Amino acid sequence: MSDPVLVLDNATKRRGSATVLSEISLDLTAGTRLALLGHNGAGKSTLIKAVLGLTRLDAGRITVCGAAPGSAAARADVAYLPEAVAFHGALTGREQLAFFARLAGEAPKRCGTLLDQVGLAAAADRRIATYSKGMRQRLGLAQALLGRPRLVLLDEPTSGLDPVSRFDLYRIIDGMAAAGAAVLIASHALTEVEARTDRIAILRDGRLVADDTLAALTRAAALPIRLRIRARAGAAERVAEALGGTRVNGASVELCCPADEKMAALARITGLGVAVEDLEVTPPGLEDLYRYYSKEAV
Amino acid sequence: MSARRILAVARAEAILVRRNRWLVMATLIMVLFALALSLAGSAPTGELGADMLTVSVASMTTLSVYLVPLLALLIGFDAIAGERERGSLGLLLSYPVGRGEILLGKALAHTGALAVACTIGFGVSGVLAFAISDVSEAALIALMRLVATSVLLGTVFLGLGYLLSAGAAGPGAAAGLAAGVWLVFVVLYDLGLLAVVVIDGDGAFSRHVFPWVMTANPADAFRLWNIAASDTVAIASGMGGAADALPRWAAPASLISWPVIAFLAARAAFRRIEP
Ligand SMILES: Nc1ncnc2c1ncn2[C@@H]1O[C@H](COP(=O)(O)OP(=O)(O)OP(=O)(O)O)[C@@H](O)[C@H]1O
Ligand SMILES: [Mg+2]
Repeated sequence: MSDPVLVLDNATKRRGSATVLSEISLDLTAGTRLALLGHNGAGKSTLIKAVLGLTRLDAGRITVCGAAPGSAAARADVAYLPEAVAFHGALTGREQLAFFARLAGEAPKRCGTLLDQVGLAAAADRRIATYSKGMRQRLGLAQALLGRPRLVLLDEPTSGLDPVSRFDLYRIIDGMAAAGAAVLIASHALTEVEARTDRIAILRDGRLVADDTLAALTRAAALPIRLRIRARAGAAERVAEALGGTRVNGASVELCCPADEKMAALARITGLGVAVEDLEVTPPGLEDLYRYYSKEAV
Repeated sequence: MSARRILAVARAEAILVRRNRWLVMATLIMVLFALALSLAGSAPTGELGADMLTVSVASMTTLSVYLVPLLALLIGFDAIAGERERGSLGLLLSYPVGRGEILLGKALAHTGALAVACTIGFGVSGVLAFAISDVSEAALIALMRLVATSVLLGTVFLGLGYLLSAGAAGPGAAAGLAAGVWLVFVVLYDLGLLAVVVIDGDGAFSRHVFPWVMTANPADAFRLWNIAASDTVAIASGMGGAADALPRWAAPASLISWPVIAFLAARAAFRRIEP
């Protein structure tokens, strides 16, 4: 097992009387994609800024590839996409990217390829002030691809992107992870994150309330499975009585049961024979899981 | 410190200075004022024993004291506060570039821009003098000294501008403070000194302390340097007295150490910023 690229050890950050990050311990190994979820103001951006060394911790420790956050060594290994990315409007996309390339110690020649990769080739020589929000976001992504980052921090990378661009974005993220980078994605887009990340961490009021794979989190939460049965005309009353569920919109009955009782419930439903017209089984989604973990009593 | 990164910052900043019209406006202002002063001073001045260019240099020295600090502060106050306000500072600082390197890169580009404006502005006056009268070697040297010291004076106020930019809450506050700094260094400082001298008469302060206090101000050091270095300019400006009371190194020492002090202070303020 390789050494973790990012280690947080009881990281704590206070702002005034509020504790914005509270004893967060977390590590991230090469090639892993971690989704960082949490309500507005949960501390996601603050955590990312602490990893970048832009804000100082009040207690605890962070190491990035063995170095202190914000040190020259750490910064050379990290790529960052801020949540509201901003550039100099008077520069062209190419000039701005070339500037960052020079700072990162990379040949500005590669900028053309990168701009192409994020779909900005046609707008490369226009001033950034004329870019749309999504185009600026893509330029932000292009700069995060510069250098050979071992840790990539993306703060709400899909905000402002159209569906096709989002898909492209996750393909690019997959590519970075496949090349060995550890990727941390702060996001509110649950469905995307569900399909495209390896692990999920959830922050609530600065506390880390979950940090595991989706499967393990689902198991631990033991959320019920939802069954929706559509009864044949006139049979809804009888079906609801037999199964003990609640009736919804006339002809349907909804039933919740723990995952391990799913088969027994199905058996009872099929036992009702022709009274049942159709059946829909919905396993708990990330949204239910997110709700569960972000509301769970401490 | 890496020259590559400093140059990268300077390069981007140089594009911005050109695109935001600062360079064009600054050059235009310098040219207009230099031309006006040269033409106004082209009336016969034989009784003072100074040629036309020397007279121009003397009046342009006075002009430079007002204009160059203003232009430098105008470009300096936004250097960090602007990035912070725009929200681009966090991303910039996530790159492996030091805060000192960022400041030096910006200073390099801004100093270059000031040098262009001063060279063209004062140069036009030199060309004009050359076209309509004789130009002595001494006057030419005085002109070149004026350009060089003006740029140096500019770097002082660039540094002070960066300091305000890093220390103020935002670009608005930085702009207000910049106006205050200009007023203090260029106007109020001299008025204050004048008041003290008037009260003191020919006392110990006026004879021994006053010249030193005066040189401590970079704007006055600039003036004294240009005056002390050229007898003819001193005669033309009628300000030889204070310059004579000081050793020759005093004004240059002040004007050269100010940019260093201002820059170090700006870097210290910048280091305390959380984007
Ligand atoms: N510069 C600051 N000064 C004071 N408080 C701050 C500052 N930045 C953030 N906070 C506070 O820290 C807390 C966490 O903010 P943070 O930006 O990390 O949230 P977030 O999880 O990124 O939220 P969002 O999903 O809205 O982006 C919030 O309560 C916020 O008010
Ligand atoms: Mg945020």
